[in-house]
Amino acid sequence: MTAVLTKVDREREQEPRSRPPRHRLSALDAKVSPYLFVAPFFVLFGAIGLFPLLYTAYVSLFDWELGADETPFVGLENYTTLFSDSQFWNALFNTFSIFLLSSVPQVIVAVVLAALLSANLRARTAWRMGVLLPYVASLVALAIIFGNLFGPQYGLVNGMLSAVGIPPIDWQADTFGSHVAIASMVNWRWTGYNALIVLAAMLAIPREVHEAATVDGAGPLRRFFSITLPMLKPTLIFVIVTSTIGGLQIFTEPKLYDPSAGSGGGAEHQYQTVVLYLYQSGFQQLDLGYASAIAWTLFLVVIAVAGLNFLLTRRAVR
Amino acid sequence: MRHRSWVSVLLLLTATTACSSGGATEGGTTELTIATFNEFGYEELFKEYEAAHPDVKITQRKTGQGAPHHQNLFTKLGAGSGLADIEAVEEGFLAQVMAKSGQFNDLKEIGPKIEDNRWLKWKTDAVTTKDGKLIGYGTDIGPLAMCYRKDLFEKAGLPSDPEAVKSLFATWDSYFAAGDQFVAKSGGVAWFDSASQVFNAMHNQHEVGYFDKSDKLVVETNPAIKADWTAVTNAVAKGQSAKLVAWSNEWNSGFKAGAFATKTCPSWMLGVVEGQAGPENKGKWAVTEAFPNGGGNWGGSYLTVPKQGKNAKKAAELAAWLTAPEQQVKAFQAKGTFPSQVEALKSPSLLEKTNAYFGDVKAGALFAAQAQKVTAAQYKGPTDGQIQDNVFSPALQSVEQGKSAEEGWKTAVAEAQKVAK
Repeated sequence: MTAVLTKVDREREQEPRSRPPRHRLSALDAKVSPYLFVAPFFVLFGAIGLFPLLYTAYVSLFDWELGADETPFVGLENYTTLFSDSQFWNALFNTFSIFLLSSVPQVIVAVVLAALLSANLRARTAWRMGVLLPYVASLVALAIIFGNLFGPQYGLVNGMLSAVGIPPIDWQADTFGSHVAIASMVNWRWTGYNALIVLAAMLAIPREVHEAATVDGAGPLRRFFSITLPMLKPTLIFVIVTSTIGGLQIFTEPKLYDPSAGSGGGAEHQYQTVVLYLYQSGFQQLDLGYASAIAWTLFLVVIAVAGLNFLLTRRAVR
Repeated sequence: MRHRSWVSVLLLLTATTACSSGGATEGGTTELTIATFNEFGYEELFKEYEAAHPDVKITQRKTGQGAPHHQNLFTKLGAGSGLADIEAVEEGFLAQVMAKSGQFNDLKEIGPKIEDNRWLKWKTDAVTTKDGKLIGYGTDIGPLAMCYRKDLFEKAGLPSDPEAVKSLFATWDSYFAAGDQFVAKSGGVAWFDSASQVFNAMHNQHEVGYFDKSDKLVVETNPAIKADWTAVTNAVAKGQSAKLVAWSNEWNSGFKAGAFATKTCPSWMLGVVEGQAGPENKGKWAVTEAFPNGGGNWGGSYLTVPKQGKNAKKAAELAAWLTAPEQQVKAFQAKGTFPSQVEALKSPSLLEKTNAYFGDVKAGALFAAQAQKVTAAQYKGPTDGQIQDNVFSPALQSVEQGKSAEEGWKTAVAEAQKVAK
């Protein structure tokens, strides 16, 4: 199509006087319009995706305090400070701990749930929609309710624990306890969502493959591990990569879990995640340069871990 | 992803419309914008002012809570535009504003002539820069008194009459001593809600706090801070703290369950106690005209006029009028904001105000008297608020969670140095 148009154009070039203005417009239309049609996405992406990303990198090279009169250039100093900042390493540890406690059980349970949902159930749609319900609930409401459930003194979870004779756990003070509480919020919200994605992929697996395996004498478990899982691979990669990206950027849950509504993530930063530390640096200490350095470091960490997970998943599930 | 970009477009659109308002002069009328949070009780006053000044149209930008209001304030100070002509500033954020005082108008310079001693001296001192500029007009205050549970006091064998308990609350020493006596017989009920609530009140009574007047961090060298720390952590070790973080759900439940017997009580806290403890605890709470080591203040706000506004002079006039005693008394009647003006504190309608939940106590007169007991405004360094909220409060909480007082102190000092850097 384009080739034809250019040829026509070239012919016209040879006799310019005979070119009517309308033709010129439509030629322009054919050339430019496609770009105009795709432009909104790229303009938006440039304005609210790419530009902030690059500008954050720029800001991270300055001692940039919000509203300060001077913002001196400091080169990579923010980064060197960051790498020797124990609070940052603590936040990174917390992030990974919460990420592992949430993503690993989440993906496993999602696959199992999907397998159950793909069975011949009565009121199938109701069940399938049912697992999505937690995803529909507002994250803020959820965090407040979970904060209540895991309250150290008057929380329901501790009440139930002591009812069965287990000593209550301080879900705020205990590092591992607080991570479990926050991870349970994440799992509650995202497991059903991931289960539905996996379910969709599961239903797309051709029936013939299963039937052939059944004829060969494979039981349901064997079929699950030898047919279903391998054929789910692309979907699992998607689910694992997106949950990595989301998990490493976790913010709202730990932010609202903090009863003092600060951004410290616990009295001793027991559950302060990297993004929470970023928020604290940027919007409580107004140190935008440092916050930007955290943002970029996290960006690189997320890319690295997501890439690693991609490779691992591709290898593990064959 | 697609949804997210649509949300962003919407946000951008709202942001642009929000930015385009304000400062327009049409047909001789000046539009003044005023940004407040929570309830200032100014709605009726705006109508009154507009009626008296036909050339002025007032638009109020109201934010529900203090924190987002101030975040917006600091972001737009940094951006250099977008602020209202008058911006309210809460006492807890004042130190950060004073650190950027160059971006606010000196009200002595652009404002109308105001009678001397309109405000309590400490209220004005706190908003006056080192070189004598006045950055804000005081609106309300939060003078501190002591709230306590009469029934729990009686059960533990302490006096419970408002007059008789005054001696318990005479000094911090007597307060903690009474706490020891109380927890020995209370059967698990704590003396106060949380360590930081007591510590902050103690701390704010000192003339020098976390910073000296040259903005040098003196956390380590100021003996008063260490003394307060020791007193409070000792009390924690003896079981006086209910270990409830202020404003958390657990704290709210603590009021209902009667988990503690005393509460540092600024004037506005009476409403909080009533709301949290609920009708089932009516008649159990009391408040007395005493506070350990004199008086104290927690909360209250100012009206400032940022330099980026175009109608600074008219804005200052409006702010001066709103913060005059007559107007603040009306605001008090509307929303209960306790006035910071000397004359307003003598107003009969304020002095006769009673509180039914607290046994019909004459709360107006009580807090007016407490306001007079505040001696001086402590000098606040630029990061004072963060050191209080993000360093000392969590450090005290960690001691309540089982860390040793000495270790907690070391963490607090190290983190304070990091914040102040």
